Amino acid sequence: MSLIELPKPDESVIARRAEIARDLAALTSPAAVISDEDGRRAFETDALTAYRRLPLAVVLPSSTEEVSRVLKYCHTHGIKVVARGAGTSLCGGALPAEDAVVVGVSKMSRVLDVDYEARWVRVEAGITNLAISGAVGSAGFFYAPDPSSQLACTLAGNLAMNSGGAHCLKYGVTTNNVLGVRMVLMTGEVVDIGGPHLDSEGYDLLALVVGSEGQFGIVTEATVRILRQAEGARPMLLGFESAAKAAICVARIIASGIIPVAIEFMDKPAIEVCEAFAKAGYPLDAEALLIIEVEGSEEEISDRLAYIATIAADLSPTSMTVAESPEQAARIWKGRKSAFGAIGRLADYYCMDGTIPLGSLAHVLQEISAICDRHGLKVANIFHAGDGNLHPLIMYDANTPGETEKAEAAGADILRLCVAVGGCLTGEHGVGIEKRDLMREQFNDEDLAVQVRLKSVFDPGWLLNPAKVFPLDARQAVDRPEPQGSRSVAA
Amino acid sequence: MTEILRPATEWELKSIMGALIHREISVEVMGAGSKRSLGRPISAGSAITTSSLRGISLYEPTELVMSARAGTTVSQIEVELASRNQMLPFEPLDIAPMLGGQPGAQTIGGVFATNLSGARRISAGAARDHLIGARGVNGRAEIFKSGGRVMKNVTGYDVARGLAGSWGTLAVLTEVTFKVLPLPDDTATLVYFGLPDDIASELMCAATASPFEVSGTAHLSAALAARLRFEMPGAGAEAITAIRLENFAKSTAYRMDKLEAELKAYGAPARLDLERSLKLWGELKRLAVFPYGPSHIWRISTSPRAAPKLVASIRRHMPVETYYDWSGGLVWIETPASADGGAADIRRAIASHGGHATLIRAEEAVRSTVDVFQPLNPAIERLSKGIKEAFDPLGLLNPGRMYVGM
Ligand SMILES: Cc1cc2nc3c(=O)[nH]c(=O)nc-3n(C[C@H](O)[C@H](O)[C@H](O)COP(=O)(O)OP(=O)(O)OC[C@H]3O[C@@H](n4cnc5c(N)ncnc54)[C@H](O)[C@@H]3O)c2cc1C
Repeated sequence: MSLIELPKPDESVIARRAEIARDLAALTSPAAVISDEDGRRAFETDALTAYRRLPLAVVLPSSTEEVSRVLKYCHTHGIKVVARGAGTSLCGGALPAEDAVVVGVSKMSRVLDVDYEARWVRVEAGITNLAISGAVGSAGFFYAPDPSSQLACTLAGNLAMNSGGAHCLKYGVTTNNVLGVRMVLMTGEVVDIGGPHLDSEGYDLLALVVGSEGQFGIVTEATVRILRQAEGARPMLLGFESAAKAAICVARIIASGIIPVAIEFMDKPAIEVCEAFAKAGYPLDAEALLIIEVEGSEEEISDRLAYIATIAADLSPTSMTVAESPEQAARIWKGRKSAFGAIGRLADYYCMDGTIPLGSLAHVLQEISAICDRHGLKVANIFHAGDGNLHPLIMYDANTPGETEKAEAAGADILRLCVAVGGCLTGEHGVGIEKRDLMREQFNDEDLAVQVRLKSVFDPGWLLNPAKVFPLDARQAVDRPEPQGSRSVAA
Repeated sequence: MTEILRPATEWELKSIMGALIHREISVEVMGAGSKRSLGRPISAGSAITTSSLRGISLYEPTELVMSARAGTTVSQIEVELASRNQMLPFEPLDIAPMLGGQPGAQTIGGVFATNLSGARRISAGAARDHLIGARGVNGRAEIFKSGGRVMKNVTGYDVARGLAGSWGTLAVLTEVTFKVLPLPDDTATLVYFGLPDDIASELMCAATASPFEVSGTAHLSAALAARLRFEMPGAGAEAITAIRLENFAKSTAYRMDKLEAELKAYGAPARLDLERSLKLWGELKRLAVFPYGPSHIWRISTSPRAAPKLVASIRRHMPVETYYDWSGGLVWIETPASADGGAADIRRAIASHGGHATLIRAEEAVRSTVDVFQPLNPAIERLSKGIKEAFDPLGLLNPGRMYVGM
């Protein structure tokens, strides 16, 4: 019952599958269109695997022109479209619909132009996150936002979700590192927003497009900022006997004027699983672990880690270790970045993504345990502590009837808690279908109306990535002219 | 002169907006009014200031976050932040003195509504990058919020950031929430003398692309350098190029040496210590090199290496003085007063070199005849009009301030 409702597909569109696939092949190339069931099966879900829908057809265009022709065709025929990168979305953002064409940009992955002097690179949007840093790494540069999924996920998906990562504490999230995009509107019209300069003219359309979850247009190219690598970087591990102490430690470090590049947190269940997986030297006796990384020259790194150590010492940590070699540093990060995968080998998990004010961390972690206990489920916590972005991983067994629903119910309770303490539903994974129906926890009708109208500006027919982000009745509530004060609609 | 309305609460603002909608009366929106003479002249039937919506509503130094009502002065915010050794990372410019107003008056709402960021933009990001939440009242008299008080938040579209730089044409901001950072322990500056623009641009790019986290670069033409009030050691009547480092004292010392060695090819620089550095960058933040006067001032945003060529092509048509910021990606240009403010030549140069230009200072007659903001291409213009309509369907808020009909 708690499972998320997906709208009934339009059978008349599904009946025209063969004809539509033929037309799409003519607009692109036969090799670019997938319409057989086995082929479509590969696209039926994203990383929120509890939800699956076979798409009407899949197109993998190789150019902006092809994307434009496909969208123009779909627009003319009133066919819905779901944009797709690598399908690693954790919120069902890339979930297809039976009456929608999936347009995947994974074949468009070239680096188009690099300017090291002005520090930007222009790429096709289907390039993977890590490949951007790969392309400029030998010259000493990198692309800063680093989601744990960076080996697989595409820049297109990052732009749509405004993705973050472990090092965003210092370098910001996707929106802070993008200068411009080329985007195809649902009509097929190609628009260039921003460019290789640090601010743009007129309204900040880029701010609206980044994080619009594939609902404004299909991004085919982007110009992103690249940064020069620091002289060096090194992580340290701090173990504590309680989450509260770890939280105080984070607050004191930040208050002292040091902003490390990353401060990551793991609780005991997460430490055990990740240590077994990565052999990174995580302290198994700690209730809470902080991974703190600083950058600079050898001497600067030592100075800063020593300073952090003195701050931590007042809180009597259970352990304190500095990475002694690049290999150990790599293992420490490998353990963190493969945490979801490591837990996924033990159980099905449902990954939440709320953000909270750091001051309420200890309280929130206690409540999360209580919520999961109440639902009879286990939870591991692993997250970006510097910015309060939590990732409780609720473990369940999808094969036990009722457990998926229990996990979803626990997840919803956790997100309500995040909003109640002054935080938000999602810090970096996006709303998708998953948090769609919780949007009214955070926003009232007026707040939502402002967003709904923006969607209508970019995609008046609401054909792009339908039934995501907003409660299903949100659009109606805005479109229908009603006297003020009587906006509420029957749920 | 119309009377200026001063709502003291969001609800009062909402009811004023409701009354204006009812009678279809347009309204000029301002904070302290320090940038009133910037933009296309507007003739509105009424005026609103946020100056009675003031006060810091939240400050958590350990979470690097502050919320303030839109009419709070930036100077109050900076004092409060400094008391906890923190700052506004994007170094908001104070352009009031250049426009003939008093320094220190501008409001935090006005800063985000205009997104005018200072020298630290190259390392810390722009004003819009630090805006994590906003509340406001739109042209439908709806009170709305977007974002929140936490650093990472992708719940719904990023409406707050989308309002940055909209110059009061979409909504009246009532409260903003933003990221702050610790004040650097130390500031130091390398100053190079007599470099031509293209070499200076190369130097600034090289410095910014070093691993030493350069947090400001500026290149002033000789005439502008001569207008600096503080004594630059070793300065003659030459252009100057300044490179700023901010860090712990031990790090700035180490990084100055490394940087100077890396940039050896550009000559022997003078070094400014903390006190002198603060003076120099303080003057630049107030744009003190452009004292109030009749000349016209343009702000051009472009790719850093294109900037010197762009300036050279403008210079073929008129004498100009220049201040390059953002490692050359931002150029402030002073042109002699003329009937069109040099718009035709400047826009032509932009068309061939890329970027965009805003006329920051000119008398009303000029601002009403030439495009003050960069003209938009048709697709962007259509989307922008759609956005305007979504927020303010009757076109009541700052009508025409940025573009005709918007
Ligand atoms: C193990 C694991 C770890 C993760 N770690 C992180 C993390 O640390 N930080 C983080 O932020 N996220 C993380 N994620 C979530 C996910 O990787 C990100 O949301 C990522 O940005 C999705 O990219 P993608 O290419 O897979 O996009 P998809 O999943 O294919 O699509 C995501 C969204 O983007 C839209 N979209 C795709 N292409 C386009 C386009 N061309 N134009 C417009 N819209 C488009 C889709 O419609 C969809 O709404 C993780 C996921 C997994 C599975």
